[in-house]
Amino acid sequence: MTLTKRVIPCIDVDLDENGDAAVYTGVNFEDLEYTGDPVELAKKYNEAGADEFVFLDITASADGRETMLSVVEDVADEVFIPLTVGGGIRDTDDIKETLRAGADKVSINTGALERPELITEGAKAFGSQCIVISVDARRRFDEQGEHYAQVDGESCWFECTVKGGREGTGIDVVEWAAEAEERGAGELFVNSIDADGTKDGYDLPLTSAVCDAVSTPVIASSGCGEPEHMREAFESGADAALAASIFHFEEYTIEEVKEYLDEHDVPVRL
Amino acid sequence: MSTHATRETTADVVVVDYGLGNLRSVTRGLERAGAAVEVSDDPDALDEADGVVLPGVGAFGDGMENAGPFREALRDVADSDTPLFGICLGMQMLLDTSEEADREGQGDVEGLGLIPGTNVRFEDPDLKVPHMGWNELRVERDHPLVAGVDGEYAYFVHSYYAEPEDPNHVVTTTEYGADFASVVANDDGTVFGTQFHPEKSGETGLRILRNYVDLCAAES
Repeated sequence: MTLTKRVIPCIDVDLDENGDAAVYTGVNFEDLEYTGDPVELAKKYNEAGADEFVFLDITASADGRETMLSVVEDVADEVFIPLTVGGGIRDTDDIKETLRAGADKVSINTGALERPELITEGAKAFGSQCIVISVDARRRFDEQGEHYAQVDGESCWFECTVKGGREGTGIDVVEWAAEAEERGAGELFVNSIDADGTKDGYDLPLTSAVCDAVSTPVIASSGCGEPEHMREAFESGADAALAASIFHFEEYTIEEVKEYLDEHDVPVRL
Repeated sequence: MSTHATRETTADVVVVDYGLGNLRSVTRGLERAGAAVEVSDDPDALDEADGVVLPGVGAFGDGMENAGPFREALRDVADSDTPLFGICLGMQMLLDTSEEADREGQGDVEGLGLIPGTNVRFEDPDLKVPHMGWNELRVERDHPLVAGVDGEYAYFVHSYYAEPEDPNHVVTTTEYGADFASVVANDDGTVFGTQFHPEKSGETGLRILRNYVDLCAAES
């Protein structure tokens, strides 16, 4: 046996009408539906064999941050598997307080695109192992990219977007992934605006392109609708595969996904 | 005191706080395993403890520098029967030195020198580094710390691993490209460490923490 592939449930944390933490699950980064209490979900997924958690603060507000940190504390006190926490992390103080609350890794997206030195500073201060760089990639079928992939017979590149895919940055994801690694990122968390919420599977050309460009671990995210999609992501080079709605809406349990992967010769922790 | 502690408190454990990383999980994990935990940045606190845990994440050179004030106190613990448990970087620090400091231009950084050997980097170009995720433990020789965990999975995040000079100091191995030492212990068995994070390794990790607290209780 060797290193296993990780199955990671993603928990998007927002504030409900009472200002309490709640989990919402979206479709195409929009249309959020309430799916439960974050700590209860974490406990349930832990018992079902989750290898790790990703918690994302989707409130992008000061109140949201406070609430998120208390959720992280509660989860870290109950569940003894790795926690990655993202959303609104802009400086090393944000990283520090998130780690102090009990996170093992922080996921940084816009904050790093705006100021790439944050990766270097975070890696130096806290170690590369806790700096995860997250990208929201979007396919672009024009001539402005640097690294092209073939998608359905057409040539496309992948652009880093911000604000949930609503704004482009002109930055090529593959180029950015290599720079992030160079600056000390310990893991890359690759979301796809095109695949998110579709349940048609991960953006495999994107997953492959990033995995080929870096030697740090890669988490594939967005688009998982069934266990087979995770197998495809792992076969494309991903080290971990993330899913939200299939678990939150109980379409599949984590056990079922792992049993499927095991039957298809993907090494998993059972 | 955690309301979720599943066992009665059996030992007083000091977690060494030298300014690095998330100590919350290791503290809660030890409490769950039955320890009364004191997180301390005072080297004198180690004297009275039934057990001492040396945690750690990040770089070897920074870790040794920050842990500098604890060097003598940790050696005293190692000379006693009090179980000294290094986790991740804390385990690597039990050895003599690490290639990492040299690579980082920090020159030859001296570890605690409690287990002869050094720490080396995963060099296989086909391997992703860091080694991050769940991997299997194979118990190579008996030690109370690893009772009941042969063949179980633990959570690793590291780019360097321990190479003890004496193969008898290797308690478990794990395969990543090649076999490496995932748990090490000294001759007496009172100084030991895990490359993985027991506080992040689910039930298997909690089992190891319970084994540790039992060891501490036996010494108290």
